[in-house]
Amino acid sequence: MRKQFGGLRVTDGLHLQVRPREVHALIGPNGAGKTTLVHQIAGTLKPDAGTITLDSLDVTALPVSARVQLGIARSYQITNIFRSLTVIDNVALAVQARRGHSFSFWRPVQSDTALRDEAATVLDRLALTEHALRPAGSLSYGDQRLLEVGIALATSPRVLLLDEPMAGMGPQESSRMVEMIDGLRGQMAVMLVEHDMDAVFRLADRISVLVYGRIVATGTPQEIRRNPEVVLAYLGDEEIA
Amino acid sequence: MNRGLIAVIVAGLGLLVLPMVLVSMGQGFYLGLLTRIMIYALAATSLNLILGYGGMVSFGHAAFLGIGGYAVAIAAQHGIGTAWVAWPMALGAVALFATVIGAISLRTQGVHFLMITLALAQMVYYVFVSLRGYGGDDGLSMSRRSSFGWEAWWPTRGDTGFYYLVLALLALALLCAHRLVRSHFGRVLIGVRENEARMSTIGYPVYRYKLAAFVIAAVLCGLAGVLNVELNRFISPSVMHWSQSGMLMVIVIVGGLGRPWAGVVGATVFLGLEEVLSHYTERWQLPLGLLLLALVLARVAGWRLPRDTGKSLQHV
Repeated sequence: MRKQFGGLRVTDGLHLQVRPREVHALIGPNGAGKTTLVHQIAGTLKPDAGTITLDSLDVTALPVSARVQLGIARSYQITNIFRSLTVIDNVALAVQARRGHSFSFWRPVQSDTALRDEAATVLDRLALTEHALRPAGSLSYGDQRLLEVGIALATSPRVLLLDEPMAGMGPQESSRMVEMIDGLRGQMAVMLVEHDMDAVFRLADRISVLVYGRIVATGTPQEIRRNPEVVLAYLGDEEIA
Repeated sequence: MNRGLIAVIVAGLGLLVLPMVLVSMGQGFYLGLLTRIMIYALAATSLNLILGYGGMVSFGHAAFLGIGGYAVAIAAQHGIGTAWVAWPMALGAVALFATVIGAISLRTQGVHFLMITLALAQMVYYVFVSLRGYGGDDGLSMSRRSSFGWEAWWPTRGDTGFYYLVLALLALALLCAHRLVRSHFGRVLIGVRENEARMSTIGYPVYRYKLAAFVIAAVLCGLAGVLNVELNRFISPSVMHWSQSGMLMVIVIVGGLGRPWAGVVGATVFLGLEEVLSHYTERWQLPLGLLLLALVLARVAGWRLPRDTGKSLQHV
């Protein structure tokens, strides 16, 4: 997989490659262009120049929905769920999206057991099974964050873009999220944008550091820790414990 | 068997025997009123599909009522008196027109969508006002109702027979609408209402689904328009004036946005009150308005039927 951008100032001649089935963390100071990059890969923003390729397929011109069908899914930094629908319905909608068109007007969704089962499997993975029938808006903040990721996960992506999944979470809630993401390892490529360095260094196979729209370094967690440029630009002294 | 189903069966049986009772009591007038209520229930049900379930605030729905009606009246003027030709033509015209209106207006959202549907519907209104050949402002009459060819055993040209025809079509439309909102398509529609942006990031080409829903609702409303012109044997452009679109919205809101029976309940309450109040005063709009205001405020304040708790999907 190869994704390239150029032109946009927030994404300034950037070249980033996420390998199949790796957890690739993207870190960088606020305003470095991390979320903008997620938008461009997911398709909600168009790059001014450059290409985004999935395997060897150029997806730069494809709309969001077509990219999801090909296996690119994202979660949001600010929780963006279907608050008044039940938890399982949130996930089932995403499962349904990937299974092709939904121009089926007569048969009740309720009788689609395959859909229910698949949604239940995803909930199991999120450890949200006991809340399946509650309205999503009534979940605790941490559970809503898990569901946020779960909706993206339910589309069975090959590349999962997680935009600060731990945003605003307490330490206990974060560790549930870390565990869940850890459980995805080896099944899909995960691009993790995150400020929580403990989580990043625990989860990432490789880390890229984004500063002012450019990748200043890419490497294993050990290499990044030792990279003097990165320490200067971003990690600072207080970071490495 | 649940209570809802029993209520539907009782109401259905009641509507089946009611014409005989009314006719034997010499109250044939109320047969027409009931037919009118059922027709508006059908139109409001169609609006509820896109407004209540899809979250599309269309302010031009009455245009489909008018186009469906005019198509039948114009066909009749040109000597096409068989419903098997006139009705499909009318519904086809509505579908075509709705595809165009939808394709334009659904590129926008919220207030913009509302304004564009309103503007396009008003354009249609003025086109029919200016059509001198078809009556213009004064409207267009039909000498008699369209024929199905089964008048010998189901006299749909008579008021009682026509009542049963409307009842049958309303029942069929309600069944289809109830199936639709529970289908895969219906789930997508509700998802779009709840969070359109997220629907597109989980992989739905939202525009296509909205357009399909818009056209389906328009055709249902077109059917109501066809029935309306057959009932009155008359149509004028006022049927598609924007105030009529507003009335349909009020009916749906009174009946309960996004609830399966919104159209039926709303049309019964609205047209029933209109009828009752106009017996007492010429200015029936004022008390009707106050009553509706009270109803809506009560709902906003959290009044709900006890059975409805837990049916979160149907609520807006």
